[in-house]
Amino acid sequence: MKRRDFLKSIGAGFAVGTGFNFLSIEKAFGNTLAASGAPYDLIAVMGGEPEVMFEKGISALGGMKNFVKAGQMVVVKPNIGWDKAPELAANTHPKLVGRIVQDCLAAGAKEVFVFDNTCDDWKKAYATSGIEKAAKDAGAKVITGNSEKNYKPVSIPQGKTLKSTKVHEKILECDVFINVPILKHHSGAQVTFAMKNLMGIVWDRRWWHRNNLQQCIADMVTYRKPNLNIIDAYRVMKQNGPKGVSLNDVSLEKAQIISSDIVAADAAAAKIFGAEPETIGHIKIASEMGLGAIDLSKLNINRIRV
Amino acid sequence: MQKHLKPIRRVISIAMLVAIGFLFLDFSGAVPSSWFKGLTWLQFVPSLMHFCQTLGHGLAVTAYGFVVVLVLSLLFGRVYCSYLCPLGILMDLLSWVSAKVHLIRKKKLRFRFAPPKTSLRYSIFIVVCLSLFTGNIFLINLLEPYSNFGRFVSDLLRPLYMLGNNIFVRVFEALGSYALYPITVAKTHPLALLLPSGMLALVIWLSLRRGRLYCNTVCPVGTLLGLLSKASLYKIKFDAKECNRCGNCVFVCKSQCIDLKKKEIDFSRCVGCGNCLGACDKTGIRYALGFSAKPKEKAEHATQPSPPHTLAQHTLAQHNLTDGQPADASKRCFVLGSAFSIAALGGLSAKALAQNLPQERSEGEAKGCEKGCSKIEVVATRVATPPGSRNQNHFAGACTACHLCVSACPSGVLKPSLFEYGFWGMLQPFMDYNAKFCNYECTRCTEVCPTGAILPLTVEQKLTTQIGIVRFERENCVVVTAGTSCGACSEHCPTKAVTMVPHEGELTIPEINPDICIGCGACEYACPVTPYKAIVVDGLLEHKQAQKPTTEQLKEKPREDFAF
Repeated sequence: MKRRDFLKSIGAGFAVGTGFNFLSIEKAFGNTLAASGAPYDLIAVMGGEPEVMFEKGISALGGMKNFVKAGQMVVVKPNIGWDKAPELAANTHPKLVGRIVQDCLAAGAKEVFVFDNTCDDWKKAYATSGIEKAAKDAGAKVITGNSEKNYKPVSIPQGKTLKSTKVHEKILECDVFINVPILKHHSGAQVTFAMKNLMGIVWDRRWWHRNNLQQCIADMVTYRKPNLNIIDAYRVMKQNGPKGVSLNDVSLEKAQIISSDIVAADAAAAKIFGAEPETIGHIKIASEMGLGAIDLSKLNINRIRV
Repeated sequence: MQKHLKPIRRVISIAMLVAIGFLFLDFSGAVPSSWFKGLTWLQFVPSLMHFCQTLGHGLAVTAYGFVVVLVLSLLFGRVYCSYLCPLGILMDLLSWVSAKVHLIRKKKLRFRFAPPKTSLRYSIFIVVCLSLFTGNIFLINLLEPYSNFGRFVSDLLRPLYMLGNNIFVRVFEALGSYALYPITVAKTHPLALLLPSGMLALVIWLSLRRGRLYCNTVCPVGTLLGLLSKASLYKIKFDAKECNRCGNCVFVCKSQCIDLKKKEIDFSRCVGCGNCLGACDKTGIRYALGFSAKPKEKAEHATQPSPPHTLAQHTLAQHNLTDGQPADASKRCFVLGSAFSIAALGGLSAKALAQNLPQERSEGEAKGCEKGCSKIEVVATRVATPPGSRNQNHFAGACTACHLCVSACPSGVLKPSLFEYGFWGMLQPFMDYNAKFCNYECTRCTEVCPTGAILPLTVEQKLTTQIGIVRFERENCVVVTAGTSCGACSEHCPTKAVTMVPHEGELTIPEINPDICIGCGACEYACPVTPYKAIVVDGLLEHKQAQKPTTEQLKEKPREDFAF
């Protein structure tokens, strides 16, 4: 609890400190985390299997031990939205989720929870995606995200439109929040990467859709930033997203992005998708709200080829 | 051997009750579809219905369960009612509980002979048959035992089971286990619960007071099998030599069909439970060949006034007996009164629930929808019937509203109707797209339906079975009314019958392609605008074949180098 309070007070400090350049603080924070000698803002990996790319990438950030300490409670939040097989790229790659869980536990995590507020029937989505099995095999506790009872109301003081919402209790309880989206086309929000994946930790998404979706997506980031974002771009759904119709929608890109800066991660994902970050509503808004870096040229990026 | 019939019957019937009850109770989807078919195969009305439906559609007939029941009845009488009918077994269980309660109160629950309500019994049967001939199955649905049992468990008990599960989940979580998971308790329209609640109250009241009166007066299956059992090969009979008129058999007869005075058994009312066989100290009552009756001897006994000093009379006088024959006017009044009070109570609770509902349904509204409020009243022209039901007429004529599909549906889109199909279709399930939408590759309801109202579909067939057609009301869409992104409808659409096309600036707006729409309702469910949706699914009278969705091959090759 003490540690969490401390982090919260840092967050509050960020909010109050209007005179600060948000980005530089974020950078400084990143540097302290990567004190073992890897001051990278963003890791881009290409050319390997999802779990292999992740191992290379996380090592470049000093390993999972820089993000997860002994005894901590971790939430790994993949995209498990749909009752679709891994080949159809509607959900995060199960092997990637499994490996992240393994690394968290190896770093000493007390518990690792995996869930998503799915769109299709959650039991079918959990099973068909392969994520339930992969995560359980790796030692995670796979829980439902589709029961309103597990969602607690929170206020979002810095949100412009989204002032309050109900968030999954495990997000409120966890010490470390690892966001593991898949990179996809999206019919509503244009694309779905890391920020959009946070819609899976809240209950009433319809309200977002009614009240300026793109703004709400950015507002949610002000509530709690994931400690780490790992964007799975191994298979990329380039059209008919986010559910997809057939294998024709999928392109085998064999890429991955890892960053603590959710806006930077999304900006990089937009490039992989073939779009300019500024043209994606919520990425642009989040950048304007000072939630992260949209300009990749100013970041220290480690590009790794497997 | 005949003395052991009762314990054997108890084991079989309890197993049947638990197994069928679990089908209606379970929400985990753990029971394979083949078990559903196996367990419901012998249920009389569903089986007969399924037989007629498959025959009528020229499909392979597999539902011969009712023939087995007919043969059994011709051999041993209405054993169906005691061994296989879940409602009958439930009533026996209630009688048993009632007997135990009486014991605690130091009284003994003892049945005694009651004359048959012949005219009421056959009037009900004739009315039900006549209504069936006119193609109306409402009455049989209302009275038929299996479907009534199904509704009790699916509509009334299952929500409690789910609540109980959720309490256990919290306990388990507190102990650090996530083996169980919480479930959203199924909600049915409170008015649609009135009928099952009323019937349950009637069944409980009748079974506690009068054993199997429902089965022997109201139940059309009981009446039909009763007619057959008049001609059955084996019947339960008195052995005049052995019987000493102790009356033990009468006391345990839930059908109240043993007339000790006349030494006659009204076998059309006997449910073959075997209680009397076990209760007899000798072999004064037993299964015997049906045609070996000795009418002369019987007549003799009938004319004899039973001596006042018989054991039966003696015990009747000695004990404070609960025979409960509502013979006089005051009791009749009580029946009516309780029926009214049940209805009134039901009405009140329904009202209370109805007041709660709007809050639950519009959880986001409290926060307001200043920009995105929909103005045009868009409502589906008719609700959709489940895939596999072919057309609404077929469904209306074959669904006995047992709600097995409602229980089995993994998504929870199937809900008991109120007036969606009109009065005569009451309680037959419909696709409630406010509650949820139909899983694209799921065929569960088509696999479990015992009556053939929902006929089997392969996954391949299901993917192009069009049960409804999408309709888009542009002026209600939040993209138009508020000028913000949404796309929830297109996002959920499994075939991309709803796609997003350029609107203003970066905005996109839905465009529909009804040819590939299957009417699953995902778009309607997901549409966030209130109070009226911007996109709805109009149910089809006659299900059609949708075109297969096609997708274009991606033009670009995967990137070879870093994009940034």
